[in-house]
Amino acid sequence: MQRLQSAVELEKLRGRILSQRKPEKPCISICGGTGCHAYGCEDIAKAFKNEIKRQGLSKQVELKVTGCHGFCERGPLIVVYPQKIFYQRVSPGDVSEIIAETIIKGNIIDRLLYVDPVSGEKAQFEKDVPFYKRQQRLVFGNNGLIDPTNIEDYLATGGYSALSRVLYNMQPEEVIEEIKKSDLRGRGGGGFPTGRKWESCRNAPSSDGIRYVICNADEGDPGAYMDRSLLEGNPHSVLEGMVIGAYAVGAHDGYVYVRLEYPLALKNLDIALGQAREYGFIGQNILGSGFDFNIKISRGGGAFICGESTALMASLEGRVGEPRPKHIHTALQGLYGKPTNLNNVETWANVPLIINRGADWYSQIGTDGSKGTKIFSLVGKINNTGLVEVPMGITLREIIYDIGGGIPHGKKFKAVQTGGPSGGCLPESLIDLPVDFDRLTRAGSIMGSGGMIIMDEGTCMVDIARYFVQFLTGESCGKCVPCREGLDRMLDILTDITEGKGKEEDIALLEELGDVIKEASLCALGSTAPNPVLSTIRYFRDEYEAHVIEKRCPAGVCKALITFTIDAEKCTGCGVCAKECPQGAISGEKKKPHIIDQEKCIKCGLCRDSCKFDAVIIL
Amino acid sequence: MRIGAYEIMNAYETVKAIVDRYGGKHDSVIAILQDVQSEYNYLPEDALRAVASQLGLPLIQVCGVATFFKAFSLKPRGEHTVRVCLGTACHVRGAPAVLDEAKRQLGIEPGNTTDDMRFTLETVNCLGACALGPIVVVDDEYQGQMGPGKVKKVLNKYKKTPRDRKHAEITVSS
Repeated sequence: MQRLQSAVELEKLRGRILSQRKPEKPCISICGGTGCHAYGCEDIAKAFKNEIKRQGLSKQVELKVTGCHGFCERGPLIVVYPQKIFYQRVSPGDVSEIIAETIIKGNIIDRLLYVDPVSGEKAQFEKDVPFYKRQQRLVFGNNGLIDPTNIEDYLATGGYSALSRVLYNMQPEEVIEEIKKSDLRGRGGGGFPTGRKWESCRNAPSSDGIRYVICNADEGDPGAYMDRSLLEGNPHSVLEGMVIGAYAVGAHDGYVYVRLEYPLALKNLDIALGQAREYGFIGQNILGSGFDFNIKISRGGGAFICGESTALMASLEGRVGEPRPKHIHTALQGLYGKPTNLNNVETWANVPLIINRGADWYSQIGTDGSKGTKIFSLVGKINNTGLVEVPMGITLREIIYDIGGGIPHGKKFKAVQTGGPSGGCLPESLIDLPVDFDRLTRAGSIMGSGGMIIMDEGTCMVDIARYFVQFLTGESCGKCVPCREGLDRMLDILTDITEGKGKEEDIALLEELGDVIKEASLCALGSTAPNPVLSTIRYFRDEYEAHVIEKRCPAGVCKALITFTIDAEKCTGCGVCAKECPQGAISGEKKKPHIIDQEKCIKCGLCRDSCKFDAVIIL
Repeated sequence: MRIGAYEIMNAYETVKAIVDRYGGKHDSVIAILQDVQSEYNYLPEDALRAVASQLGLPLIQVCGVATFFKAFSLKPRGEHTVRVCLGTACHVRGAPAVLDEAKRQLGIEPGNTTDDMRFTLETVNCLGACALGPIVVVDDEYQGQMGPGKVKKVLNKYKKTPRDRKHAEITVSS
């Protein structure tokens, strides 16, 4: 492939690609995101390949392994184009039938369709599935159309047209103005206005003119995986955004800092980068415009703190990932002391969209202070686990019930945790809260990178607070005292409470400690670390009090405060639990109700896990 | 997997090939250590010394990086790596009980390796496959919807088999 030398050449190439594609030709799109990989989608792809070959259909049918489609709960997923027939929980055994019935005869296979658990109705097409219906998938929606290892798929969806427009028709200042006008705010957590950040980086003095742009793909929040799915599924959209940003701020070198635990994202990004270089979208003289920009991929070392911009830059320089105080912003002095513009993956992926469709169009979506869409990962105690992209301002209720399908097993919703370990837990009374940057902050949580962990009545809020503090204690870099020592003390107190050793004054002490850590910590990790504790005290004080005063865990989670017993009415005396029990704590005659010796029980839960009759209960 | 004298003798050469690949640049120290670790499965002392001397960095700086980031291990690791996901979604679905059972079955705490060098137990903060939670990953294979009752069966599967190295560590070309 010769590097493209002009905008005209790009459009010619795009025309050639599109003319070779037949929209009416059947195409099987297999979700190849990490979730579906874990379900074994590789075997399904292999089975399709063999079946297509066996039937001699290679010319008539196209097969595509794409990035994440979003509906992880029902994987492995496939969508059959052009009708967009949606099949879920597909196994390799279904493959020959799909080819014979759907591809050849055009029939829909009933058994593989999604059934709405509420209405009982079957959805034939992707757009009819309630999970997708309420979404507005502007950034994420092309994932199902694109084989991330084939740049031509991205070009076929209009890829790199924003870049060519920027390079040939816009001055850098105009690009910045357009992004400012769109009111795009950083999707990584802080929500800082992107256009303003670009402007300060462009205007920052640099003695040798060197500036950098960085893509922060060190997605560390547990339960959040939208950045990974974008990098895996549509890496070129992120790269295109970065080149546009580099042109706007005047940078010629860029980095993508990827979390080490994301091997597939690393692989697909590496392939995409190679192809973008080959086609002339990255490197010297991009599209013949005279603009040069190179990108390097850097693998993270497995430290949560490296999602913080100054720690990330320290790590890029080969140093320990410790943050520095941000009296001077990284836009002025960042990587190697040069002006540096860092944005998160999702922010970068929004950029080509804004350039293509205009800031006026973009800023119509969302609320006053938060424009556009946001991708959330909806996980935890929810029926439809997956990635959802919704306009800012949608309510929690719409996300959890209309898209997420509510709470499994008819249990009661208790809280939603947003914003990762730095976020907070919002109770049921706030379920009609419209979701945007400012409203979440006012409610005591944050948008963060977009993790939404749903909790039901079986989740203990004190245990959750302890969980997050334990996480953050392990991830604190140790540089400043309030975070290092303060979190340690918080963990001690919370552990005591969950073990039934809590004192009444502990709750006030936690609040006081939380305020100090918030005020006095060096970086955002520390200053937001008390959020999970403070928000759970704010909204679930009664649960803390139950632990401290009554020595009781209402959710039945904290080991020291619960006992396992056997419900004599449900127990059939099958003896499976007695066989499983590592302590020999369960005894009873065959076919008669068994009992647990509380002296021997270590509360490992094996009996409860193995009982087919739900006879083991927690008191 | 004990490292033999032959490998130690070769640490200097092995490290040199990796350092050269990165042009001997100081800022590549993390990438270099990652590649050294995929070579040895951990970071032997001799290799750390070789990295420091070849990059012209004080040993303490290299050790600082090697001990700060979780990706690095200064101890030899077992044939199989068992990673229990402790992400929030897995946590609310009961991951702590799964971890407790894995600890009990293997007789070790996370971060350690069994005496027979079969298993290294680790925890991970989220693998982003939350629909399958609680999740345990052995080497590269995902085991979804885990409960304490399934741990023994999963571990037994790997007791006698060597590690499948088809998905070796991913290296990035740039």
